[in-house]
Amino acid sequence: MAGTDIIIHDEKDNVGVVVIEKITPKQDCDCWIMENDKSVKIQSMDEIPLGHKIAMTDLNEGDTILKYGHDIGKVVKSIKKGEHVHVHNVKTKKW
Amino acid sequence: MEIPKTFLGYKREDGRTGTRNHVIILPVDDISNACAEAVANNIKGTIALPHSYGRLQFGADLELHFRTMIGTGKNPNVAAVIVIGIEPKWTKRIVDAIATTGKPVEGFSIEGVGDIDTIARVSKKAQEFSIWASEKQREERPISDLWISVKCGESDTTSGLASNPTVGNLMDKLEPLGVHLCFGETSELTGAETVCEKRGKTPEAQEKFRKTWSSYNDFILKEATDDLSESQPTAGNIAGGLTTIEEKAFGNFQKIGGCKFIDVLEPAEEPTKGPGLYFMDTSSAAAECVTLQAAGGFNLHLFPTGQGNIIGNPIEPVVKLTANPLTARTMSEHIDVDVSKILSREMNLDEAGDELIKSTIRVANGRLTCAEALGHREFVMTKLYRSA
Repeated sequence: MAGTDIIIHDEKDNVGVVVIEKITPKQDCDCWIMENDKSVKIQSMDEIPLGHKIAMTDLNEGDTILKYGHDIGKVVKSIKKGEHVHVHNVKTKKW
Repeated sequence: MEIPKTFLGYKREDGRTGTRNHVIILPVDDISNACAEAVANNIKGTIALPHSYGRLQFGADLELHFRTMIGTGKNPNVAAVIVIGIEPKWTKRIVDAIATTGKPVEGFSIEGVGDIDTIARVSKKAQEFSIWASEKQREERPISDLWISVKCGESDTTSGLASNPTVGNLMDKLEPLGVHLCFGETSELTGAETVCEKRGKTPEAQEKFRKTWSSYNDFILKEATDDLSESQPTAGNIAGGLTTIEEKAFGNFQKIGGCKFIDVLEPAEEPTKGPGLYFMDTSSAAAECVTLQAAGGFNLHLFPTGQGNIIGNPIEPVVKLTANPLTARTMSEHIDVDVSKILSREMNLDEAGDELIKSTIRVANGRLTCAEALGHREFVMTKLYRSA
């Protein structure tokens, strides 16, 4: 079962978390969905370090980021599938 | 995995079960610490619980002080209690409340006697309690006598991915067996507060949670001097991959699995609505939170960590788990359960939950936790506001 590059908490999530030291651009990554034990694949667009998030789908400005199956913030700059998702393109809805 | 139906614990006079058999020397106030520590040095098998407060407090802050003192003494992990205060009135209030459990408890006050004679008198009683407690034997007790509290610390992305969900998996498996469970950390649920509120089992529990969280949030907004997005998540959280406070809160929230809470407790309040999950209004600071949960009567604590928090508690054993492979390797003397194989998929959540249940029961049966073996005894009173 080794060789997982990305873990996704919930089937509804539109982001996954990198669980290897880093992924590099154009890398074909194996993703595992914890909730239902399914596997999916994605090709990365960016270099993304351990613990950081990757977009599992194209996202437009104003879209909601789902992680743990829940709203964790809004997209403030459009994101392509496979790109790095972090403070440069996502903000909290709280403050 | 078939979950054991029993564990080996100390049956107490009030029907509760202890996972430990401590004789504690409890100072009512800061100035009685020296006396309490001298007695604990004299008499083997006793521990002193020094702390920083207990003078000139008033109102809700004083009530919390009493509730914490009394709850600590009543905890089933404590076999017998000596209470030492500077004056007799507050000392007696604590002694009388602990005595309702039926366990041996005796109070002493220092005023008019001085430290040296007090230490001599208290040492005689402490010796009697220590020898008495040493004859107590563990016996088979139902698994439902476990009261488990949880709190995470030094969290990183591995906490929300694996170590917190492992605790959630344990809760999902133990809740149907009639175990008492408790989570807290009011501040770190910000962002997940609406979802958390819906986990209240009744409209009353939901309403109570909403009021508790709102009251905290109002306090933060009143005291805040700038945009909180500068502090939550922290720069370290962001470097580790956490983007928003909501993301951090949902990571924290994984610890309760799919359970629903039946009531919201004041800090250090004992649950009274039977088995199941409770939310306690606590700080997110580790030692303060665990001290309050122990005072609420919880007899075993689970503490997931990412970067490696090293906390322990004098009366409630703290089982530490991590999913961060680096922490598991570089701080191994602090980690009781390593679930880092979840990230490499060499272990699934169900297996990790089973491993945690096995370790929990071994610790309940008497196995020392890493924090106990290292002598971690952080006992930290929560103070609500300035004293008079």
